[in-house]
Amino acid sequence: MSSTPQLPPVAKLEQKTVVDLIARGKRIDERGPDSYRPIQIQVGLIEKANGSAQVSLGKSKVLVGVKVEVGEPFPDTPDEGVLTVNAELVPLASPSFEPGPPGEMAIELARVVDRGIRESKAVDVKSLSIQKGKKVQVVYVDVYVLDHDGNLIDAAAMAALGALVNAKVGKFEMKGDEVVVKPGHHPLPINNYPVAVTLAKVGKTILVDPSLEEEQVMSARLTVTTDKNGSICAMQKGGLSGFTVDELKRAVELAVQKAAENRAKILAVAKG
Amino acid sequence: MPEPKSPELIDEKGIRIDGRRLDQLRSIKLEVGVLDKADGSAYVEQGKNKILVAVYGPREAHPKHIALPERAVLRCRYHMAPFSVEERKSPAPSRREMELSKVIRESLEPVVLTDLYPRTTIDLFVEVLQSDGGSRCAGITGASLALADAGIPMTELVAACAVGKVQGRLALDLSDAEDKHGEADLPVAFVPNANLVTLLQMDGLLTTAEFEKGLQMAVEACKTIHTMQREALKKKYHEIKEVVEEKEESEVVA
Repeated sequence: MSSTPQLPPVAKLEQKTVVDLIARGKRIDERGPDSYRPIQIQVGLIEKANGSAQVSLGKSKVLVGVKVEVGEPFPDTPDEGVLTVNAELVPLASPSFEPGPPGEMAIELARVVDRGIRESKAVDVKSLSIQKGKKVQVVYVDVYVLDHDGNLIDAAAMAALGALVNAKVGKFEMKGDEVVVKPGHHPLPINNYPVAVTLAKVGKTILVDPSLEEEQVMSARLTVTTDKNGSICAMQKGGLSGFTVDELKRAVELAVQKAAENRAKILAVAKG
Repeated sequence: MPEPKSPELIDEKGIRIDGRRLDQLRSIKLEVGVLDKADGSAYVEQGKNKILVAVYGPREAHPKHIALPERAVLRCRYHMAPFSVEERKSPAPSRREMELSKVIRESLEPVVLTDLYPRTTIDLFVEVLQSDGGSRCAGITGASLALADAGIPMTELVAACAVGKVQGRLALDLSDAEDKHGEADLPVAFVPNANLVTLLQMDGLLTTAEFEKGLQMAVEACKTIHTMQREALKKKYHEIKEVVEEKEESEVVA
């Protein structure tokens, strides 16, 4: 069952400072309303994964590992590979994260990242079939949150894209009834580059890339994932309030612009 | 791309397989006060969707530590019956249901005056008995009716409706068949007087221009549904009034 979240007891004074600054067009870390915190991307840190990427968004840190294994296709798509995204809010990342099965925050994070990749057809699942109806490649995208200082969705989506672009797999072949993997360094078939941009509404102001302090005072949140052509492929509103239609239009416009900037940064590292 | 050729969903006149125009809602039936034990309840039919919503509360928070000192905790469970879909669905809550429980709760939070009931919970149970595309939206429409039926103070009712893209064209309130072969789905919940969109999700592919047009279509549909919600609530009180008047008359005669 989903419950109204219990916010950590941030001093009322601190909340007021954050809100007052934003109302005056400033932010607690001195950014402008439409600037991101510094973005750092590293790829290939985990040798045992097919692909990996770590993204730092200010002090937020997310590691994504991609593993490609052999599995069975879903009955309704017998000739398509399988893509699954899972997210773990590791307890070392925040005092509010606890061990145990994923809660709604982890599930939402995974599903929003998943929708961006799936709906933009970033991974060409058709070419991941090994034997129709029987064997396909299964791409596991595991999001591992290491340090939570806000805006995990954008960091996770960027790291997932980086890890997918970075991934190298062997060649999967049928030998009789068995699948054998010939060693090799083939890239995954990636056709699109979805990038998520999250905006927060504080008072009447719309900000990109909310930090944890800002997330704790925002009234609502919107994630817009856009593909390489600037089309929208996923959206998710969160938070206890909402947006007006005009705010949504502005937010989407800003998201498309920011996504293009961030996409260039990720690809420069991941493809490099 | 669509390999086993998807059926023709819209004809050359812009009429959909179920005979609707692109901007036409499915038939909607709304009823309130349908359950005996719940503090408030509602039943929604939208196309083949059949959804029951019950509200319990405000009631004592249990376990106590989940209570909030300054407001009521809103809790929501969206759940699909195993027989609600083509292939039996496991009754265990899926990741999809967990996500929808969250977004449905968030779509209602802004209208419920939770600060009137500190340290309590208001529990909302959305049971999808039969699903036909757009069940989260129909669930929200029903949930705000059930809250009102429970007498929980709210600023206003929330209405919800999805817009999708089918064969390259925007279409209101997709049915199951259209959703399955559609290219995009945009569920929206709207609070008319506050002018707030409180649920917004999207999957598929839309240009920003299509998004803006789709959002506008959804908002207009929500306004229509909002009127129907108010009618449904009024109907219940008319019925109560009639019963009371009859009783009074018979007492006078006696």
